[in-house]
Amino acid sequence: MKLLTHNMLTSHVKGVTKGYPLLIKATEVKVNEVEFNPQFVSRMIPKLEWSALVQAADQVGQCQDLPAELVPDYEKNEEFLKIVHRILLEVEVIEGCLQCPESGREFPISRGIPNMLLNEDEA
Amino acid sequence: MKLKELESCLQDVDVFENPKILLEQYPTSPHIAACMLYTVQTTFDDIEGKLVADLGCGCGVLSIGAAMLDAGLCVGFDIDDEALNIFRRNADEFEVANVDLVQCDLCSLEADAYSQRFDTVIMNPPFGTKHNQGMDMKFLRAALTMAKTAVYSLHKTSTREHIQKKANDWGVKMEVIAELRYDLPASYKFHKKKSVDIQVDFIRFSKA
Repeated sequence: MKLLTHNMLTSHVKGVTKGYPLLIKATEVKVNEVEFNPQFVSRMIPKLEWSALVQAADQVGQCQDLPAELVPDYEKNEEFLKIVHRILLEVEVIEGCLQCPESGREFPISRGIPNMLLNEDEA
Repeated sequence: MKLKELESCLQDVDVFENPKILLEQYPTSPHIAACMLYTVQTTFDDIEGKLVADLGCGCGVLSIGAAMLDAGLCVGFDIDDEALNIFRRNADEFEVANVDLVQCDLCSLEADAYSQRFDTVIMNPPFGTKHNQGMDMKFLRAALTMAKTAVYSLHKTSTREHIQKKANDWGVKMEVIAELRYDLPASYKFHKKKSVDIQVDFIRFSKA
C-alpha cells in the first residue's frame, strides 16, 4: 500500500462518523523506486489531505524531509516534489494493519494489500 | 509503446486459476485490454501521468497495461483475495512499480467514496447477469463517483439502452467507442459450448 492510496482510504464501519485518517501500524515497510513525474506529483498535491500524509509518513518512519506545512509555489520546487514523490509513491507498507481512528477496528495489510472488507454486522 | 507491443506483453499476465461464478470472473483478453487502453491513451490522453482506478481489477491485466502506458499510479480494486494475489504476482513479474491494490467491496461503498479522487476509471465490470443482476450498474455508479474526468467500461450491447437511460439520469455523457466481440471461453461447468461470442460495447462516460 502506497501512501497516496492511504490518503484516500476511509473506514466505513457502521456508526463511525469520522473514519479518517486511518492509523498505520506497519511491521514491514519497503521503498521501491518509481519513475519521477513532477507534473503528476504537483497535480496530486492539491487533492491530498496534507496533514494525513505527514502523519502517515511519520507512522511508517519516513518523515525525514517532509515539511509539516505545504510549501508555497511547490510546482517549481523540484526538490520538494521529489520528497513528496518518494512519500506518495515509493514508500510501501507491505505488512501490518490500518486502524480506524474512531472504532479501533483494524484492517489487515498483507503482501502490500489492505483488506477493507467489512463483516456483515459492521456494514 | 505500440499497440502490438502492449498486446504481446499482456499475453504474459496470468489469469484466474479457479474463476468464481458469483463474481463473474471472466478474464479480459490481452487483445481487448490492449485495444481499450491504447484508445484511452491515444485518443483521449487519459492514462499517461494520470491517477487511474481499475474496478474489479481481477488479476490485473488492465492495471498492468495502464501502468505500462505510464499512468502516474493505477490502483486496482477487487473483493477477491485470490485474484489480488495473482495480480500482485503479475505486477512483481512485470516489475511495474506504479500500481497499487485495495481489497474492498465496490458494491457496498459509501455513496461519496473516493469522490473525484481519480482522474480516470477503467474497468471490465461483471456484466450483471445470472446471480448478479444490477451489479454492472453498481460498478458504474461507483466509477462515476470516483472519476474526475472519464470512465471507460465494457457492457453488453444488449443493455445499451438501459445504460443510456441511466447515464441520462446521472447527467453523464455516454459515447460508444467500439463494438467488440467478446470471446468468452467456457470457464464454468454450466457452459455447454466451448466458447461463446457476445457483443460488447466499449463505452466512455464523461462528466459534463
